[in-house]
Amino acid sequence: MSPDLHLWLLPIVPFAGFLVNGLVGRKLPKAFVTTVALVASLIPAIQVAGIVTKFGSLTLPHVENLGTWITAGAFHAGFAFQLDQLTLVMLCVVTGVGFLIHVYSVGYMVEEEGYWRFFAYMNLFLFFMLTLVLAENFLLMFVGWEGVGLASYLLIGFYFTRESAANAGKKAFIVNRIGDFGFLIAMFLLIAHFGSLSFSSVFSQITARPDWQGGFLTAIALFLVLGATGKSAQIPLYVWLPDAMEGPTPVSALIHAATMVTAGVYMVARTHVIFDRSPLALTVVATIGVATAFFAATIGILQTDIKRVLAYSTVSQLGYMFLGCGVAAYSAGIFHLVTHAFFKALLFLAAGSVIHALSGEQDMRVMGGLRTKIPVTFWTMTAAVFAISGVPPLAGFVSKDEILYQAFIAPNGGKIFWAVGLLTAGLTSFYMFRLWYMTFFGERRAPEAAQEDNHGAPVHARSDTKLTLEAEPHAHPVHESPWVMLGPLVILAILSVIGGFMGWPEALGGSNWFTHFLEPAVQTAHLSYEQTSVAIATGAAHAVPAPTPAGNHHLELMLALTSTLVAFLGWLFAHILYYAKPALPARLATQLHGLYSLVRNKYWVDEIYGALIVAPVLFIARWLLGVLIDRAVIDGGTLTAGYTAQGFGALVARIQSGNIRSYAGWLALFAAVLLAVSYFGLTAHFSLR
Amino acid sequence: MVPIAYYLVLSAILFSIGVAAFLIKRNIISVFMSIELMLNAVNLAFIAFSRQWSQITGHLQVNGQIFVFFVMVVAAAEAAVGLAIIIAIFRARNTLNVDQIDLMKL
Repeated sequence: MSPDLHLWLLPIVPFAGFLVNGLVGRKLPKAFVTTVALVASLIPAIQVAGIVTKFGSLTLPHVENLGTWITAGAFHAGFAFQLDQLTLVMLCVVTGVGFLIHVYSVGYMVEEEGYWRFFAYMNLFLFFMLTLVLAENFLLMFVGWEGVGLASYLLIGFYFTRESAANAGKKAFIVNRIGDFGFLIAMFLLIAHFGSLSFSSVFSQITARPDWQGGFLTAIALFLVLGATGKSAQIPLYVWLPDAMEGPTPVSALIHAATMVTAGVYMVARTHVIFDRSPLALTVVATIGVATAFFAATIGILQTDIKRVLAYSTVSQLGYMFLGCGVAAYSAGIFHLVTHAFFKALLFLAAGSVIHALSGEQDMRVMGGLRTKIPVTFWTMTAAVFAISGVPPLAGFVSKDEILYQAFIAPNGGKIFWAVGLLTAGLTSFYMFRLWYMTFFGERRAPEAAQEDNHGAPVHARSDTKLTLEAEPHAHPVHESPWVMLGPLVILAILSVIGGFMGWPEALGGSNWFTHFLEPAVQTAHLSYEQTSVAIATGAAHAVPAPTPAGNHHLELMLALTSTLVAFLGWLFAHILYYAKPALPARLATQLHGLYSLVRNKYWVDEIYGALIVAPVLFIARWLLGVLIDRAVIDGGTLTAGYTAQGFGALVARIQSGNIRSYAGWLALFAAVLLAVSYFGLTAHFSLR
Repeated sequence: MVPIAYYLVLSAILFSIGVAAFLIKRNIISVFMSIELMLNAVNLAFIAFSRQWSQITGHLQVNGQIFVFFVMVVAAAEAAVGLAIIIAIFRARNTLNVDQIDLMKL
């Protein structure tokens, strides 16, 4: 019997914070709102720390059932929370990074309208995110899944008076809805085949039947992938994430970089039992991942808005995590999720600090030379840039190389995945160092090419259209952020530097502790799978991702060396283009004009979606459903019924003239008719035949 | 003796005159009088049938005659109430033209 950990407290505490701040926060002083929000995010963090200390003594997976939610015939769904290694990792990330970003937000949001609203939403997000990772069944997970989408929508549209922010919120919500459709269908299929949505029940049923390969499991897995691509911003549903940068920067850091968008990766890892049986679905995951990683990285190269660069970088890094999961190296994917949470949250928060320092400026083209003016931000951001670029021995290097190594040794096109992944690593390094150089080095550039934009506004201006605007009057001179913002930066910077040592590969003399820690949660199926693949050598053998062997240390070392080389190559290019010869990028842009404008406009994906999907849907909604069905059939039908009754009534109302003599006349007339009928009989007329 | 048809024809003629007067006349008093005429036409028919029925059965049949008494009582009561209403209407509206008493018209 495991001790009762009161897992339900984890989500409930932020929810209480949400209730307090959301219901009465408007009337409370700022200090009180701050206290409530911070305490509501700190308590779960402390509780998670407590769970970590007790973790060794638990029997895993540790399930706490709080009661039945739905009972319909033989189907049950309960309020059940589960704790295993995977959940613990996610809990640490969500509560730890979540708390740091809450602290940072206190400094960042201090002058904003709706301070209480912001923290209420943040706490709401924590509630749903913790529900998502703690859930023991698909249904409860879906509740969290939808809830984080809601919180995301509310926070993207935080500056709801700005139309672009409101639209970005709607876009995020609607695009996610497409993914949720996949999740829902997957749940229906699960109920149809297993009669249950509980993880333990479904997974044990699958493990008990080694002969189940592909088939309906592939269908379930593919629908789950659709759900994951929506939440985790993968091709084809990634388009909402860059627009989500309309929200306040801490939101981008917490929801759109560190936690919520990784829910898709978490879901794939959580349901790995299903994916292990479906080589096709795994290949799809890997292909989507690597394609997204590359695609988004190329877009990131030419973005000029500092937050958009990071947004595309997030999409790209999520692609890496998908690649890791797709080659059945779930622990590598989760490891990258963790390190990415550190350095990408740091990048966003540091970018927020830069934006704060420049009083709301987000365009990198007007930045530059900030290195000495905001030194703490500079140094922390440097740590993050080096980490994400894959410079050893920082966190990003370790986790990314783990994924690339696992991709390389995977059968079925693993080499291609690896090659594209490696190229993407080079691109990542290039655009991150480009950001670094443009922001912190050289001279402060005049805001000649920038648009006049408010805090958090996107910059859509193409660099070739020079807009000559007056220099914006800046409210303050460039200033370093307060320590309430810098503190989280420093902590995250330390984590970004040392985070990699959790999973330091054995090839480099480490013990790869992280992978071994996660093994019971995500790798057990491999063992059973190995046995089963022997049992049924036919049919399934052709497309099976082989269980990862202990690994060839020599090979791993070579691959690590290669990717380090590529990372430095990316740095070198960025150095040449954006530091040594700053005139070169413009010249290249004119020489490669076609390619340049293609990438600069994000491959026109938004426009293509607009023309191919949004326009037809709007057309159908407006004309077919709106005019034809709604106005013609439904409105027409009801109106016809109404007017018919009204017309008939008007006709009949004339009988009731109020004139007594006309009543008497009618009476006499029909009395006479009645008399005639009774005398001559109704049939008299017919009987004449 | 006079055949029953004579009475009935007379009754029908009186009733029709009553109906016609009811429809044509505008003065409430005249309308009221035509109602009385219709009632008495019916009374005549009742009496005629009662007598006819007695002759057929050989016993005295008084049902029709009792009905007539009832009608007369009701008619008397109606005359009392109706005339009171007419006086009240005249006081209120200063007219007895039925076409102008149409407050309940839509």
